[in-house]
Amino acid sequence: MTGSSVGIADAAMTGVPAPGAPRAEAAWRRRDRRWGYVFVAPQMIGMGVFVLVPFIAALVLAFAQWDGLTPLSWVGFDNFKTELTDPLFGRALVNTMLIAVVTVPIGLGLAVIVAVALERLKTRTLYLALFFAPVITSSIAVAMIWQQLFRTDGIISRTIAAAFHVPAPDWLADPHLALIAVCIVTIWSSLGLNVVIFLAGLQNISPSVIEAARIDGAGAVALFFRIRLPLLSPVIFFSSIIAFISSLQTFDIVFVLVANAGPDNATRTIVYHIYDLGFGKTQFGVASAASILLLILTLVITAIQFGFQKRFVHYEEGAA
Amino acid sequence: MSTPKPRLTDGTLAAATDSTRALTAPGTSFRPHARPGRTKRRVTATILHVVLLLAGLAMVYPFVWMLVTAFKGLPQLLNQPLSFWPNPWQPQNFIDAWNDAPFGQAYANSIYIAILVVIGTLITASMAGYAFARIKFRGSRVMFVMFLATQMIPMQVTLIPFYLLMAKFGWVDSHLSLIVPAALANPFAVFLMRQFVLSLPKELEEAALVDGAGRWRVFWSIVLPNLRPGLGALAIIVALGTWNNFLLPLVMLNSQNLFTVPLLLQSFQGQFGSINYGLIMAASAVATIPMLVAFVIGQRQILNSMAASGLGGR
Repeated sequence: MTGSSVGIADAAMTGVPAPGAPRAEAAWRRRDRRWGYVFVAPQMIGMGVFVLVPFIAALVLAFAQWDGLTPLSWVGFDNFKTELTDPLFGRALVNTMLIAVVTVPIGLGLAVIVAVALERLKTRTLYLALFFAPVITSSIAVAMIWQQLFRTDGIISRTIAAAFHVPAPDWLADPHLALIAVCIVTIWSSLGLNVVIFLAGLQNISPSVIEAARIDGAGAVALFFRIRLPLLSPVIFFSSIIAFISSLQTFDIVFVLVANAGPDNATRTIVYHIYDLGFGKTQFGVASAASILLLILTLVITAIQFGFQKRFVHYEEGAA
Repeated sequence: MSTPKPRLTDGTLAAATDSTRALTAPGTSFRPHARPGRTKRRVTATILHVVLLLAGLAMVYPFVWMLVTAFKGLPQLLNQPLSFWPNPWQPQNFIDAWNDAPFGQAYANSIYIAILVVIGTLITASMAGYAFARIKFRGSRVMFVMFLATQMIPMQVTLIPFYLLMAKFGWVDSHLSLIVPAALANPFAVFLMRQFVLSLPKELEEAALVDGAGRWRVFWSIVLPNLRPGLGALAIIVALGTWNNFLLPLVMLNSQNLFTVPLLLQSFQGQFGSINYGLIMAASAVATIPMLVAFVIGQRQILNSMAASGLGGR
């Protein structure tokens, strides 16, 4: 708030002084500035201590060898070289990227379809509840349930075996199927969140735009591809960034669903790799280097997505 | 764990909240007046209902399966082929799961951690959000940009130094490591609260400031009460995120009596293997059902908060 917007105050009062009283106003402003610092202090200190300090420490540790017990020694870029040539890290990188590349488009595509269908209905509370239930549930419970569903004597395997006359697949023991299982669970558990966000986005589209297109003779398909999808694109873009970043951080599901990123590291992800190096093998330096590589990957992918934004994201004129 | 919203101009969030308020309200979607083809529309709606109901049932099938399996005894689980319904229905797995692991204690831990994190975050984030939105002080822009930048650093990247720092503080195997950092360092919450403050009319505070009220007074008795919808949304998001957090409790806690619900569930599985999976499913049910019930009760608020924030609690 600016002093000039408050003209009626008397400088003698303790509140905001009139603009005509420069000295009192300066004093008030000084006191007010102090309040500004007081108000941001808890979060600023928190950010500094719990995020910035660990972040700088990660940058430093990435260039050191340390197990937490013996003295720390500097190794330059060795940790990065170790990681970039480590087949396990390569595997984690490929798996993580595969999960992201598979789950994000499929997950968002399904969510758009469901959201568009839901928008056409007058009553949707029940469906929203059904789709959102997995979002509420802890990823550990989700992983434990699906672990049992993917058993060879489970419904999924038996259905496939019966339908294609093949032996019942052992999802979580087969390296390829295990990664697919991780993707399925990831899509299932996050679908409802994107549906809710997209539905809100669809309801934000002003009815007059749809009406105008309809008067111009647009059918349901044209309405979807020419109006709804373009106007929803900012929301889809934002969700895709969030979904991509969170799939780069896949940990809970591979930790529990396939028990320690098995079989034979077929579902090892970068975060599991970091966890394993840091807390399994107490190689804090190498683990920090892997962390920095994850950060770089995250930033690069986000930057690429922002590059794509120019071509595919359409912002409604004048809309917020 | 998130990026700043693209082109999010001041006050956008308020607009989003208003429009999402109608999210679960029936009959609020746009219907142009008297369009031709009423029967055709009705047929389309019926088909949509059927398809969505089937898809919705597929979505909750894992939960239904979890529940029925939890009621199956070991003899039935080993019997091939397995029938879907328990025969006989027996609650023994629930009794065993509850007795074999301290689920009551885990619930108490999870609840009190979530409450403290929520209260702490609401206070500190609304204070910072208010200051960034309304108070002019040197460096506020730089600080705010810094806040947005730190949002880009995933918690997984700083996990190891964070653990080492907690060890220095003596907070390993203590709930402090889960509560204090979460309540004091949440850039997303600050950003969200700033947006909500910006959507309030300035006039509310101006009169009070002119009358001589200090910033704290204005914040506490004028801004906070008007922020209630925003605080509610933030509380739900933070509570859910805290409740379902797994990696941090896994790294920080060793003593079973300190475990949160997801962590206890995971350790329970590790302990009992996968032979008696009826027991494992009973444990999963014990861990999930209260959350699902809470969701059904607060469904509207939860969905609206998620839509308003645009990204949920991750």
